[in-house]
Amino acid sequence: MAYSKKVIDKFENTLNEPEKNSVGRWDPSDSDIGTGMVGAPACGDVMRLQIKCEPMNNNHVISDVKFKTYGCGSAIASSSELVDMLIGKTLEEAREIKNKDIAKALDLPPIKIHCSVLAEDSIHKAIEDYESKL
Amino acid sequence: MKLPIYLDYASTTPADPRVVEKMKDCLSMEGNFGNPASRSHAFGWKAEEATEQARQYVADLVNCDPREIVWTSGATESDNLAIKGSARFNKSKGNHIITSKIEHKAVLDSCRQLETEGFEVTYLDPNNKGIITPNMVSNAITGETILVSLMHLNNEIGVICDIESIGNITREKGIIFHVDAAQSTGKLPIDLTSLNVDLMSFSAHKTYGPKGIGALYAGRKPRVRLKAQIHGGGHERGMRSGTLATHQIVGMGEAFRIAKTDMESDKQRIQSLRDRLWDGLKDMEEVYLNGDEELRAAGFLNVSFNYVEGESLIMALKDIAVSSGSACTSASLEPSYVLRALGLKDELAHSSIRFGIGRFTNEEEVKYTIKLVRDSVEKLRKLSPLWDMYKDGVDLDSVEWMAT
Repeated sequence: MAYSKKVIDKFENTLNEPEKNSVGRWDPSDSDIGTGMVGAPACGDVMRLQIKCEPMNNNHVISDVKFKTYGCGSAIASSSELVDMLIGKTLEEAREIKNKDIAKALDLPPIKIHCSVLAEDSIHKAIEDYESKL
Repeated sequence: MKLPIYLDYASTTPADPRVVEKMKDCLSMEGNFGNPASRSHAFGWKAEEATEQARQYVADLVNCDPREIVWTSGATESDNLAIKGSARFNKSKGNHIITSKIEHKAVLDSCRQLETEGFEVTYLDPNNKGIITPNMVSNAITGETILVSLMHLNNEIGVICDIESIGNITREKGIIFHVDAAQSTGKLPIDLTSLNVDLMSFSAHKTYGPKGIGALYAGRKPRVRLKAQIHGGGHERGMRSGTLATHQIVGMGEAFRIAKTDMESDKQRIQSLRDRLWDGLKDMEEVYLNGDEELRAAGFLNVSFNYVEGESLIMALKDIAVSSGSACTSASLEPSYVLRALGLKDELAHSSIRFGIGRFTNEEEVKYTIKLVRDSVEKLRKLSPLWDMYKDGVDLDSVEWMAT
């Protein structure tokens, strides 16, 4: 499968410097953490996205993100790309991120679009989880 | 050491340099370029001499009469000709065919085609080691069975089928037995004079010959009848028309000649490299060997690295060329049907890597591979939420997954 250079770079950076690329996990029971896990092992990809949020004015802002992903190279690259998009955003803004933004940023081939869909789903799940704790 | 390292010999092999030399002589004006079917001049006679010598070499490797060898474009065509050709010819005798779930697509798709023509096909399930036993075949035979088609050596996991015992069963019942031997030439001894096999498919490019050429053994005693699938000038005794590709045929002949002389030394060397590779990996956590540990050929090693997805592992292993049963590396987006037929859970099928070791693999490459694989699996597990869950003692089967 011919991947774009962006996918390959993102994948390799994440693999070789996981901490620098927000790989990790927080305790999902912490009140400032929202966790979204999507996908299934049987389908070949599982993403776990965690957002750390701070209240700001009348909103909540994502101050930090951690993730772990089991999946193909583009699934890992998509989650890593998502991290860059999320930090500093309000929850409202984060909800606006669409799978095609991720697919575009990484030049994902059509057969890999589902990786970006999974990434988008993980944001919604993580926000939902955080909001359920408020 | 040259990178990347080629470890996908089950997919294809490079032509042996000795093969390339022979092929070069059969192309240009100065070489043996004639049409072997030209009876009116020396160019044709000389070309025919070369293709017949090659036919002899192929026959020698599998111990049959050269008149039982039909040239084709490769094992896919041989499988098509064997299955469709014999089933269609013998339609009046019965409509039942037996094959297995771990066959090559060339066999499975030929059977699917025959199903649309009124044939009924039984697809045998292998045991969890990938073995089709003579008993399984025996139990599936009905009064309508006309053909059994099984592979000698499985292309994904390298397990060996007991074609000797199965041939005894089919011969006794007068059922045609076709064996796809694309993977086994040069790896396992084949003696068609003693085996009760009626049809056998061969490929050149899995045995250090060129792509685009193969052969079908069609036994004469007893004589197996086929309906031709390609019509034209009546070449190959009417079984497969088309001008013989002298250079390809000569290449296959030379490859099979070498396979006969080098089989034993190749086998020992390749087996020791394969054992070395497995020894270097098997002590890792959650690593599984796919396929039977004993009943398999030397060059194959199919391993699942649990909680790591195969395609991402292949990406991390960019310095070595291997293949995976992961859905993401297949055009169909389905994990390997062969591994699933063994009863492997989907995630283990997704996590599989097939290493193929061959004639030109060396010890240094195997050592490098071990280190790279261990390192890459460790890195990917650091990224894997499933690995975390496994380490936390979570039973993944009890989790409610949100598949999209």
